[in-house]
Amino acid sequence: MSDQNDARKSLLLKIRGLRIEGRADEKWFEIVHGVDLDLHRGEVMGLIGESGAGKSTIGLAAMGFTRDGCRISAGSIEFDGMELTSSPEEDLRMLRGARIAYVAQSAAASFNPAHKLIDQHTAAPVQHRIKTRKESEADAMELYRRLRLPNPDEIGFRYPHQVSGGQLQRAMTAMAMSCRPDLIIFDEPTTALDVTTQIEVLAAIRDIVDQFDTAALYITHDLAVVAQMADRIKVLLKGDEVEEADTRSMLANPKEDYTKSLWAVRSFQRQQKPPAEAGETPVISVNGVSASYGPVKVLENVSFDIHRGRTVAVVGESGSGKSTAARCITGLLPPTQGDIRHNGQVLPASFRNRSKDQLRQAQMIYQMADTALNPKKRIGEIIGRPVAFYRGLRGADLKKRVDELLDQIELEPSQYYHRVPSELSGGQKQRVGIARALAAEPEFIICDEVTSALDQLVAEGILKLLDRLQEDLNLAYMFITHDLATVRSIADEVVVMKEGQVVEAGPKDEMFKPPHHEYTDLLLSSVPEMDPDWLDGLLEQRGVDNIGEAARK
Amino acid sequence: MGVLQLVAKRLGLGAVTLLVVSIIIFGAVELLPGDLAQQILGQAATPETVKAMREELGLDRPAPVRYVEWLGGALQGDFGTSLANKRSVAEQLGPRFTNTLFLAALAAAFSVPISIVLGVLAALYRESVFDRIANVATLTSISSPEFFLGYILILFLSVQNPIFPSISSVSADMPFDERVYVTLLPAITLTLVVIAHMMRMTRAAIIALLASPYIEMARLKGEPRWKVIAVHALPNALAPIINVVALNLAYLITGVVLVEIVFVYPGVGQLLVDSVTKRDFPVVQACCLVFAATYILLNLTADVGAILSNPRLRHPK
Repeated sequence: MSDQNDARKSLLLKIRGLRIEGRADEKWFEIVHGVDLDLHRGEVMGLIGESGAGKSTIGLAAMGFTRDGCRISAGSIEFDGMELTSSPEEDLRMLRGARIAYVAQSAAASFNPAHKLIDQHTAAPVQHRIKTRKESEADAMELYRRLRLPNPDEIGFRYPHQVSGGQLQRAMTAMAMSCRPDLIIFDEPTTALDVTTQIEVLAAIRDIVDQFDTAALYITHDLAVVAQMADRIKVLLKGDEVEEADTRSMLANPKEDYTKSLWAVRSFQRQQKPPAEAGETPVISVNGVSASYGPVKVLENVSFDIHRGRTVAVVGESGSGKSTAARCITGLLPPTQGDIRHNGQVLPASFRNRSKDQLRQAQMIYQMADTALNPKKRIGEIIGRPVAFYRGLRGADLKKRVDELLDQIELEPSQYYHRVPSELSGGQKQRVGIARALAAEPEFIICDEVTSALDQLVAEGILKLLDRLQEDLNLAYMFITHDLATVRSIADEVVVMKEGQVVEAGPKDEMFKPPHHEYTDLLLSSVPEMDPDWLDGLLEQRGVDNIGEAARK
Repeated sequence: MGVLQLVAKRLGLGAVTLLVVSIIIFGAVELLPGDLAQQILGQAATPETVKAMREELGLDRPAPVRYVEWLGGALQGDFGTSLANKRSVAEQLGPRFTNTLFLAALAAAFSVPISIVLGVLAALYRESVFDRIANVATLTSISSPEFFLGYILILFLSVQNPIFPSISSVSADMPFDERVYVTLLPAITLTLVVIAHMMRMTRAAIIALLASPYIEMARLKGEPRWKVIAVHALPNALAPIINVVALNLAYLITGVVLVEIVFVYPGVGQLLVDSVTKRDFPVVQACCLVFAATYILLNLTADVGAILSNPRLRHPK
């Protein structure tokens, strides 16, 4: 895509020495330290890095926009000959939406819930007097059709909540195209989607960018995704550029150590343990459980066992009932049928009827450590509370036990005991979540997407920690995830769920080898790979109309 | 659950609340110390006359029976007869309540649009001079007691500059424009009292949304600032705004006692105060019930409005 049109490629976006500052605690801190960037017409550049690398900030700056509490402190941003840093707000406004468009991470949050899709789609073209409302509406339907949205003539007249996440993300791409901009900023457009949905959005984005020869900045932390989308890749770390090269040479031959470490990150894999001996009583046994939220049935006859010292990964897309199964085990949602057994003993269905000792056995670690920790409590109190509750320890004994737990999660007690969650990084917060679960001294821990909100390097640290704790304490884990790379690295057994039912279950080595159940196969083959030709190959194999939601039926 | 079911549920809850309130009102009057018959007779109270009076008032029968009778009557618009002048309570209350509603409606017609527009402007130009002046001015007006505001307005607008009458005497046969004219001063007073609350809530509700991704998206589409606020933020901020508007409307009807007295306005507030001094309990009970019903009805309207402002409920999947 990049080579054939070299001749007519002219420079569209030229960023030089861009420095951006953010305000925290009444002081300005530099978050982007002088980044250069060149983007030609029709070219797609991938910006990758961990959170805090400044990817989104740079992406927004390319539109002359900074979020509240940020400012561009130095450097120049030249878009098609126009200097954005010194342009008046009114001129920038004329540019935004018309010549540079933005596609946000969560389409569900970025579409206004109060207006129909079509009204939001036509707003920019009408505002910028590029098209009349009627023309823009017709164009929207055409774009919806090209993006292979179902019912393209009708879907725009729905409200955002009436449309699925993957469809919304495509509708947002259509909206970005509404004025046929020269440049689109894609800010993690598929991060919030399931793997099977991600493919169709990726295919749609790539298609439409090719069709209209639009230049794009593609921001993501997912290397495999960027490998499919970008002509060139720029790696960022904490507001600095690490290196830049075209996609193939970057993948084949990264120069900097940091880039190499990013590429190598999926290497952590622990040995699969031998299956538990026949006849051994499982720590937790889910027995023919069905459950519903009101009249809506969400689980149907789900059964699986979790043995001592083993990790069972429960995988499936959102809405498949993974988290609901966890809610049944903890007693938050009493099942309508079936029961949960702990070491062979049937547990009361509701947590209200369980004894302290029974409650202690099933602990949870959550996806969003940010919201799962009370922001007003100190780390010592957060971990100390379950220690006091379950073990009844007080005073010096309590402090000693909390220190032990902090040691176990590799946080120095003297340094972290008195901090509050906002003073910790994402990975450290997740460690505190782990310590809080350990404080109850359970035999069994439910890990609900514990690494999905974390950067890959940090996530790997958490996985290693969980693995070590499992060795030391002989813990059983139920690992809820939609990320198959995580499953590969940590699971002993895999349970695949779909629409509230278990479709396939077995030891990991068997599950990752064909033949699979067709749904497992769909899940596995939808995970992007580092190979830049992966998406093309897959589209060829499955056909454009047989990916994503279409393939699931 | 569909919108209709939700709305029906709210209406049912409102009816239950009103029933509970009616029990409380009746019970509270029942609990007042002293014997009603004795108090009415005063000096002329002998055991015989008291007994006769009790029978005449029906006080010799048990309280639950009298409650059911009273409630049954009230539901049909019959609130009994006044003790003071033996006239029907409904007859006295009716025109007074109409007057109070008129005053409240006039005040609402000023205050609701003004405060929402001010709130939107304050959100649009937040942290600006305009925002600060609007904040300080409305806070000052809400911090001053309404009788004080009323007297200040009388001083400037009817004593020093005789533009409006200081006494708002309205009568049933008055033409509409004259009625508005004499009611204007109390209406302005009430407007000044309620405007701050509504304006600040509008401003806060809008500003709370400004960090949402869809607002950023609207800005990144190049929509002008006023459109971002009015088209993208305001519709999503409606639920809290509707709530605070309803609360203030309820205040305009039930909280006007002081203002009515300052302007000698013949509304329910005046009637209530008069009846309390005369220990005219059937009237007091009726006034309380009407106030309670108004309050509940307006809050109900707010709930229903908030439900209807939610597109997820209006347009189910």
